[in-house]
Amino acid sequence: MGIISRGFGGRRRDSAPDLPPGQYLTHDFPVLSAGPTPRVPLDRWRLTVATESGQKHTWDWSELLALPSEEITKDIHCVTKWSKLGTTWRGVSLDTLFEDVETAADYVMAHSYGGYTTNIPFEDLLDGKAWIAYEFDGEPLHPEHGGPARLLIPHLYFWKSAKWVNGLEMMLEDEPGFWEAAGYHMYGDPWSEQRYQGD
Amino acid sequence: MVRAALPGRLSWRAGTVSAVRQETPSARTLVLEIPDWPGHLPGQHLDLRLTAEDGYSAQRSYSIASDWSAASGQVEITIQRLDDGEVSPYLTDVVEPGDQIELRGPIGGWFVWRATQPAPVLLVAGGSGIVPLMAMIRDRGRRRARQPFRLIYSVRTPEDACFADELRRRVRDDPGLDVHFVYTRKTPDGWPTPPKRIDVATINSHGWPPDFAPDVFVCGPTSFVETAADILVALGHDPKKVRTERFGGA
Repeated sequence: MGIISRGFGGRRRDSAPDLPPGQYLTHDFPVLSAGPTPRVPLDRWRLTVATESGQKHTWDWSELLALPSEEITKDIHCVTKWSKLGTTWRGVSLDTLFEDVETAADYVMAHSYGGYTTNIPFEDLLDGKAWIAYEFDGEPLHPEHGGPARLLIPHLYFWKSAKWVNGLEMMLEDEPGFWEAAGYHMYGDPWSEQRYQGD
Repeated sequence: MVRAALPGRLSWRAGTVSAVRQETPSARTLVLEIPDWPGHLPGQHLDLRLTAEDGYSAQRSYSIASDWSAASGQVEITIQRLDDGEVSPYLTDVVEPGDQIELRGPIGGWFVWRATQPAPVLLVAGGSGIVPLMAMIRDRGRRRARQPFRLIYSVRTPEDACFADELRRRVRDDPGLDVHFVYTRKTPDGWPTPPKRIDVATINSHGWPPDFAPDVFVCGPTSFVETAADILVALGHDPKKVRTERFGGA
């Protein structure tokens, strides 16, 4: 229980049962990135899954679009405290991408154009929990929000949903990615408020 | 990428507001005494938690405006009032010296300037994006660091500029610090150009050439940061040297 803040009532205008603790609702779509927005031409775009044995599976843009896609409506939660409910995306389930990938690794490092990385347990990418998303609200995903394609893992804080994703590297041991090495939590469950290491 | 030192568990601490300063009609600085504050690097932020009498609480992150010296032991945050915000109007209008606020930090190991980095520095601020960049300018000044700093600071009107007097004084007293203002709505009397937004010419004239490989820090609202970062990359700056912090929303 915290200290009572004299005179603070809070507005609670937007309180909602779907909000994880410490989050507030936003209706716009904030942009958070560590550097300039990469602009990736579609004819040069690639996504590569690299297994621990060195095998590589690569899709170009037309190959990605040729895969079965899904419409996904989910809530998203940013570690900087905003949540956005009922966002709608279109993308390819990682179950589809991994159909022909043989791996025994338990962890994945996502890599992005621009150099960003983030680590995720492999099981958090499977069974309908994660997608490579390329549309938001029926429109091509804007570069500011990670277009042409980003990882979408709605059940974790949104820094795990790597923008401008171009690679998934299977890892036998967990390793910190970009923000995790700077003190953010290795897993990032919004419902347990796993914001920073030790949370 | 440089791996930051890993902080231990970030525990909530009770800070006491020791003073408040009005920076502009809509921005206020809170000076905080936080027992056992571990110190911070310029550019880092802290998390703040408010709790109402019935237990409802709200958390927000705020950039730290002050450099750190153990001697002063004080941490300053400068808050821009958002009219439809839930937390910022409380911090800018209600909080008084003597009040306690729960805080934890410091947070963030990426958008920081370290005095050991030898490169020249370009700071690009939009509105209250000046706050973490001011911590860098203050840290440089306190250390009498020699890296040349240039600040491009975009504000709507002269009245909206935070720390304007201090910046003027530092331009006079801190060797190697240049400040250029961009006014988007209204300029001071006698200003040589009409109001305009930051553009290629601004960054070309008042930044560093890409050949100097400066460390670049851009902070402001999303659209401002997008524009400035795109210009920097188009001018030839290495995207990996351009660090950004965007804000938007409530």
